Amino acid sequence: MNKFYDIVVVGGGPAGSTAARVAAQRGAKVLLLEKDREIGVPVRCGEAVGEKGLRRVLEPKPEWIANKIEAVRLVAPDGTIVKVYHEDIGFVLDRKRFDYDLAMMAAQQGVRVVTKAYVYGLLTENGTVTGIKVFHLGNHFQVKAKVVIGADGVESRVGRWSGLKTNVKLKDMETCVQMTVSNIKLEKSYCDFYFSNQLAPGGYLWVFPKNEHLANIGMGISGEYAAHKAPLEYLQEFIEKKFPEAAVLTTVAGGVPCAPFMDKVVTNGLMLIGDAAHQANPVTGGGIIQSIIASEIAGKVAAAAVKENDPSENRLSEYAKQWDKENGGNHRRAYRLKEAVYKLTDDELNRTAAAISKKPSEKQTIVNIFKTALIQHPKLIPDVIKIFLAGN
Amino acid sequence: MIIIKNDLCDFCGACVSVCPVDVIELFESRLLIDHEKCTECINCVKVCPFKVLEFHK
Repeated sequence: MNKFYDIVVVGGGPAGSTAARVAAQRGAKVLLLEKDREIGVPVRCGEAVGEKGLRRVLEPKPEWIANKIEAVRLVAPDGTIVKVYHEDIGFVLDRKRFDYDLAMMAAQQGVRVVTKAYVYGLLTENGTVTGIKVFHLGNHFQVKAKVVIGADGVESRVGRWSGLKTNVKLKDMETCVQMTVSNIKLEKSYCDFYFSNQLAPGGYLWVFPKNEHLANIGMGISGEYAAHKAPLEYLQEFIEKKFPEAAVLTTVAGGVPCAPFMDKVVTNGLMLIGDAAHQANPVTGGGIIQSIIASEIAGKVAAAAVKENDPSENRLSEYAKQWDKENGGNHRRAYRLKEAVYKLTDDELNRTAAAISKKPSEKQTIVNIFKTALIQHPKLIPDVIKIFLAGN
Repeated sequence: MIIIKNDLCDFCGACVSVCPVDVIELFESRLLIDHEKCTECINCVKVCPFKVLEFHK
């Protein structure tokens, strides 16, 4: 590890690797630091992604894809299944391979990747972030950089050290548990979402198959609803009931920020991307594509700022502006939608499923489902249409 | 006081994120809390997916 870089990126997930790669491609000398012993592990992710979205940011490699999904099924509290017809089919990824490859692609552009590197503080001079303090294999280092990019996930402290408000309100934090489960039998071309206040209050439960006998089964609920019963307990009950023979191969916990659009993501010498900048879609909790798009913008702006020798907040805010233009509108609409959707009662959910089931199959679209579910909230219908017709 | 059962923790960081006073620190496999600065709002206790954190009066 050298003592000087143009850019230091903290966090080796998809956001960090993408920003590092894009900046290095533009001539910046970049250091990418990952606190864990291995890139891509543990996988705290349901791993489902839309095909259109993925193709927009990267040409998918076959080894990233565990399974191809043909339709989404929504399951109401009373068990009614609504199969959603949507042109954007998707994939269940192998996130470990995906994250590995993104880091390798960065390394191929000259990025120095270091794992087991725990960043514990920032260097600042006259109100500008000028580097990081890192603990690596028993030694403390100080690394100077013109720009520091915080891609340090939901627990982002890089942002907070610099004065940005990265903490998430309890109600906007989806607290999640996922088990990768084998010894089950499923139809592998469907991703299932269960909505029910019994199974997952203020959130949903998912079954994303990797093949006929293996699936990511997980759930996320609002932190508000988790005080008296842990997500782990909810999930164990569901699996015991639905898949009594299941063998659990992996159990992971996780937090997903389903938060309002974060306007301030830069300060002098510092930018935030990915979960650290609350870029996940507040309705779905999905964040891979948005993170990669934001990180591409951040990487470009950071490299340009380095070239111009101007890492000021004013220069870096070009990233914030472009990101707002790219996704600000959609994110704000999705947040309003989340506030209404996750307050629906089981009766309202059942009525929605019953009404949609009566429609011809080509009318069983995500837009119509939300329209029906939000019949008491007509002001939100334009949001629904804009979000889903924009394909996000 | 908030007690952390480190042997049950999955180190996901949800508690760090909802801490309004930034007193929880997450290493690769260790969670630390600065009890002196903690305001005992118990957001971390509520959010933990595994209920690793406990509040003891």
